[in-house]
Amino acid sequence: MPLIKDGQIVEDNWITLDDEADLPIQGDVIVSLERLEKEADAIKARPGRTGVALENNVDENEVEAYLSHLDLIALTFPAFTDGRAFSQARQLRTKLGFEGELRATGNVLVDQAAFLCRVGFDSFEVDTTQSIDVWNQALRSMSVAYQRGYDGEQAMRVSTPSSQGKAQATPV
Amino acid sequence: MYRYDEFDATFVSERVDQFRGQVERRVKGELTEEQFRPLRLMNGLYLQLHAYMLRVAVPYGTLNSKQMHKLAFIADKYDRGYGHFTTRQNIQYNWPKLPDVPDILGHLAEVEMHAIQTSGNCIRNVTADQWSGVAANEVEDPRPYAELMRQWSSLHPEFSFLPRKFKIAVTGDETDRAAIAYHDIGLRVKKNQQGETGFEVFVGGGMGRTPMIAPRVRDWLPKNELLAFLEAVMRVYNLNGRRDNKYKARIKILVHELGAEEFTRQVEEEYARLDASQITPPKQELERIAAYFAPPAYEDLADSDADHTQHLVDNKDFAEWVERNVAEHKVPGYSIVNISLKPVGGVPGDASSDQMRAVADLAKNLSLDEIRVTHEQNLVLPNVRKYDLFAIWQKLKEHKLANANIGLATDIIACPGLDYCALATARSIPIAQDVSNRLGDIARQRDIGDLKIKISGCINACGHHHAGHIGILGLEKRGVEYYQITLGGSGDETASIGQIIGPGFSSETVTDAVETIVDTYVDLRQNGETFLEAYRRVGAEPFKEAVYATH
Repeated sequence: MPLIKDGQIVEDNWITLDDEADLPIQGDVIVSLERLEKEADAIKARPGRTGVALENNVDENEVEAYLSHLDLIALTFPAFTDGRAFSQARQLRTKLGFEGELRATGNVLVDQAAFLCRVGFDSFEVDTTQSIDVWNQALRSMSVAYQRGYDGEQAMRVSTPSSQGKAQATPV
Repeated sequence: MYRYDEFDATFVSERVDQFRGQVERRVKGELTEEQFRPLRLMNGLYLQLHAYMLRVAVPYGTLNSKQMHKLAFIADKYDRGYGHFTTRQNIQYNWPKLPDVPDILGHLAEVEMHAIQTSGNCIRNVTADQWSGVAANEVEDPRPYAELMRQWSSLHPEFSFLPRKFKIAVTGDETDRAAIAYHDIGLRVKKNQQGETGFEVFVGGGMGRTPMIAPRVRDWLPKNELLAFLEAVMRVYNLNGRRDNKYKARIKILVHELGAEEFTRQVEEEYARLDASQITPPKQELERIAAYFAPPAYEDLADSDADHTQHLVDNKDFAEWVERNVAEHKVPGYSIVNISLKPVGGVPGDASSDQMRAVADLAKNLSLDEIRVTHEQNLVLPNVRKYDLFAIWQKLKEHKLANANIGLATDIIACPGLDYCALATARSIPIAQDVSNRLGDIARQRDIGDLKIKISGCINACGHHHAGHIGILGLEKRGVEYYQITLGGSGDETASIGQIIGPGFSSETVTDAVETIVDTYVDLRQNGETFLEAYRRVGAEPFKEAVYATH
């Protein structure tokens, strides 16, 4: 499945590890939360970076203890209609202040691209036959948004007639 | 009323372009129907039994004459010359063609309208008391908050793929005309002892197969905390609402399964830890919105008008129409005119393009350019001078819009049912027409008095049967339609859920049963009590006895 980051299809350097597979000596790995909990010391001691894949019914507080060692969190969409990971992403970014890579995996529609970006995802493992252009076009289709607090420091709708209408969605 | 600025206009027009692209991809086969479905639904486009259906948002039921003229234009150009006003204050077109829909949305955008989130598992069009801003005893006009919520909920990045649809209603009056207790979130504007404005918040009401009256989760929410608190409610629901079973996915089930107390605790916990300052709009933003809802330029009038009083004496039909359809306005010399879309034997909520244009012109000339749509599928001219009432009535009569039956037995709510709807199990419109014809004599209706009959063509309860004083639910068994009757429901500030009285009735006998129930009430009522009051006094027994003895 192609990985999209910064508006381009990029090579995925992360290895998503099966729970049964041995920890590789080198390289960046994504493990399950269960494995992270069980083998925290061994995983932390590795030279490579660590990511964790969370199911969408997991309370984000459960990764809090590991956050400082995590460079990536992968959240999953079992179906594009199942929007729990939007809230998980939001919680990880705002409540827990996670600043690493937040990856969307699973069944994601290109038409959800802007929503995903706005809640804090910055990489997308997308099961799509669409070209990257369609993805980028979808991201640009709405230049304005009403909700505050979803785009880092960038307020969206601003209050005064003189300044409103100038706010732009986060460019990707 | 609210007017779009450059920001709102950009938002809606970009949304139209986006949908145009999605329709093109669908037509070219780049999107499967399964992938297209949630996208079209978020733009109000359903696929019904015979055709697509487009549901256009009328935010909190407020329209101006230009918008109503555009709705009439769309009915003529893209539909079959009529539209259907719904229980969520929206309008539906039953026969649009898919390739035309982006153009229709384009026409709507020209008059600051859209179909965003009138469907789908997202926050739907926010509804409000149809008399907002004009009701005589209102605490405060709730529409600025409704508009704030419209903006906040539009293409919300976090809450657009919820477990199920989500409906918010708001009222600014003690008397509840918005059925807030039956909504996912119901808000009542109130003042505290210091005279500050805030809300009483109810969460987890609903109809459908599991009707629930929403419990109160907050007695006092300061007005500037509204959006942040809503975000806490939405997040608890988005993360914890059931997704394993579509029939258990509404927030009412979560609230019910957790218990109101535990649900409230989770919301308050989430609310305490989120950063409200990021979400809350600056004070000037609410003021900017509220300014659009400032009272229009009312004239300084005497409360009574001699000519009007004389017409009441001279013309019985006019006097009866005034008595049922005209309500007290907060400004002396003005009235609220309710226009019934329920002619005897007609289709509840349908209006022809000619009727829409007639109402638009009356609004433009005689109601300070405002129209409201009610959740009971009627229209309102909210700002009418008393001395114009007679002229308005005459004009309405010309267009068959002067039915003097607001709140009476023939003012029936009915969903489209099996005549249109892909979900329906039975017809509801023909039943509504039968009942209306049977009870249609105006003297008889006036004798029966206040009576809300509500008809749904399936368990999803779009016809609000649970909240009907008499509710009718159409079901199907082995290919045959049958109708369950419930009694004692109410959607007002004394909200209650109607109770099934017993075995169902065939489409041929259900009207007889309704008539028997009504006659039973007429026989047993005391001291001018209404149907609902009588039912609450005597319970279901006398009605059951009468109905099942004779059928």
